[in-house]
Amino acid sequence: MKIAFKLAFRNLIGAGLRTGLNVIVLSFSFVVIIWAKGILVGWDHQAKNDMEQWEIGKGQFWHNQYDPYDGFTITDSHAPIPNEFKPEIEKGEMVPMLFAQGTIYPQGRMQPAMIKGIPASQNLLKIPTHKLDSVTDAIPAIIGEVMARSSHLEKGSRVVLRWRDSKGTFDATEIEIVDIFSTTVPTIDVAQVWINLETMQEKLLLPEQATLFSFANAEENRPAVGDFRLKTKKELTAEIDAMIKTKNAGQSVFYFILLLLAMLAIFDTQILSIFRRQKEIGTYVALGYTRQQVVTLFTVEGAMHAVLAAALAAVYGIPFFIWQARVGFTVPMDTSEFGMAIAPTMYPIYSVGLILSTTLIVLLTTSVVSYWPARRIAKMNPTEALRGKIQ
Amino acid sequence: MENSAIIQINQLIKRFPMGKGEFTALKGINLNFGTGEFAGLIGPSGSGKTTLLNIIGSLDTPTKGEAVVLGKSISKLSAKESAKLRKESLGFIFQSYNLLQVHTVFENVEFPLLLLDYTTLERKKMVMDALEWVGLTDKVKSKPPQLSGGECQRVAIARAMVKKPSLVLADEPTANLDAANSHNILQTMLNLNRELKTTFIFATHDEKVIGYLKRKIFLKDGLVDQEEWMNQ
Repeated sequence: MKIAFKLAFRNLIGAGLRTGLNVIVLSFSFVVIIWAKGILVGWDHQAKNDMEQWEIGKGQFWHNQYDPYDGFTITDSHAPIPNEFKPEIEKGEMVPMLFAQGTIYPQGRMQPAMIKGIPASQNLLKIPTHKLDSVTDAIPAIIGEVMARSSHLEKGSRVVLRWRDSKGTFDATEIEIVDIFSTTVPTIDVAQVWINLETMQEKLLLPEQATLFSFANAEENRPAVGDFRLKTKKELTAEIDAMIKTKNAGQSVFYFILLLLAMLAIFDTQILSIFRRQKEIGTYVALGYTRQQVVTLFTVEGAMHAVLAAALAAVYGIPFFIWQARVGFTVPMDTSEFGMAIAPTMYPIYSVGLILSTTLIVLLTTSVVSYWPARRIAKMNPTEALRGKIQ
Repeated sequence: MENSAIIQINQLIKRFPMGKGEFTALKGINLNFGTGEFAGLIGPSGSGKTTLLNIIGSLDTPTKGEAVVLGKSISKLSAKESAKLRKESLGFIFQSYNLLQVHTVFENVEFPLLLLDYTTLERKKMVMDALEWVGLTDKVKSKPPQLSGGECQRVAIARAMVKKPSLVLADEPTANLDAANSHNILQTMLNLNRELKTTFIFATHDEKVIGYLKRKIFLKDGLVDQEEWMNQ
């Protein structure tokens, strides 16, 4: 086997351009697969991180009735803040939020919005709620960039906000947009209006009530408290995992095509080699190689393309990966309305597992496509091979 | 015969399938070769000389009869045993040299030694010795495409001789060479035959080669037609 590696390496280096082209194509596959997978891992990491920092903290308690996908549940999804939560809230380790459906009328047009009440003093989430303390004769409100764009609102804009209180009475007042924040988390931006929790409780006639709580304590398996049940971070980010999984599956088709191209080149090279190098095969046999050893040599030779490709990929791939991890990949389109947390610039994350698994897959695939044509050698008559007769 | 028989061929028949029928290349050959012979199988194309050489070299097997080479019956050897025989005891020289084109002269000559258990140092010494025999020590780093036909064949001889085999089989070794190179090559092989007592068997119809042979075996239509022994 050691000789097979030695000879295979000599043969590959000696074959020059032919080897070079195959290795370049294969190394490109290596780099693209690792980079693209790195982007997905980075996206996953960034999305979860952003969700944690902007929306969910280390987890949430939801009112039993609350279902973000069912608007009819919002009206009844509230209950008094449990006493058990109050110490955490006072320490700033838990943020109560109260939700209600409402309507805004920017430029005289009607636009549905989710009104969310949050304490202006909270520091747990990155939402700039301290701006809600602004002094104005209207209700201070903050919105995200996407909401601002879709409703043509800007900082200082005033707009009528209408809601229905807990008694079923419609009410309306003017709000002033005191800040527009930029976030990658669409669930706190798209069609959302944030106002002070106390104002919200007062307007809805729901004093001391909340829909959900985000908390900073990462303790798992916290028991349900009153009408509120635990939603772990894992549950809350499950959609991202599912989306990444789907995206990964879609990208696998792309990897498959890339690998297929590289494998086709290697397969062709191997097939051609077996026809073109018949005399060489005969010579190996004449000099004492068994046919099986020749098959092994050709298989190793083919598989070694992957080893050389990995080496080449390391030469230009590692600087590229480091550069990408530093500057990130800027998505060439507006991702703000994709419905999930996608930063305009995604930073790939590469793990040893990712690199090893990619290398292993490429190496195994290359070995298989090299062995396949090499099996023909076993059927070759050495005396015919020595004369270079096509069989 | 110069010494004890290292090759015994008895009633050797070789048939090849041809279309719906068969072609008989060897029709019952009986021959013995001893240690240190410098012999040639001579005959026109289709006389069976290459077929006989291939069977002696365990690259092919007889249809009937027996060929015993260095005490081993070719027809009874497994693929692995045949390879072992070729690896350890036989050297081949081909008409078109059959050098590994992408390897250097050194690597080509070193190849048979890689299959045997020699250390790097031993291999290096043996390769340099073999290249010295054929006068190519200045071409170790050259590759076959950079060499002349004569030089290529000398590399092939060095490759065949490097492990000091008991038997060297040469199939039309001068067919692609001019007269001067042919004589040079043959003289080299003759010297090695004298110095190392290696048995050389040629398959040829080249007059230049025939002139050097100590034993001439004329084949005709798959049979030994005539045999001549030359004085030493």
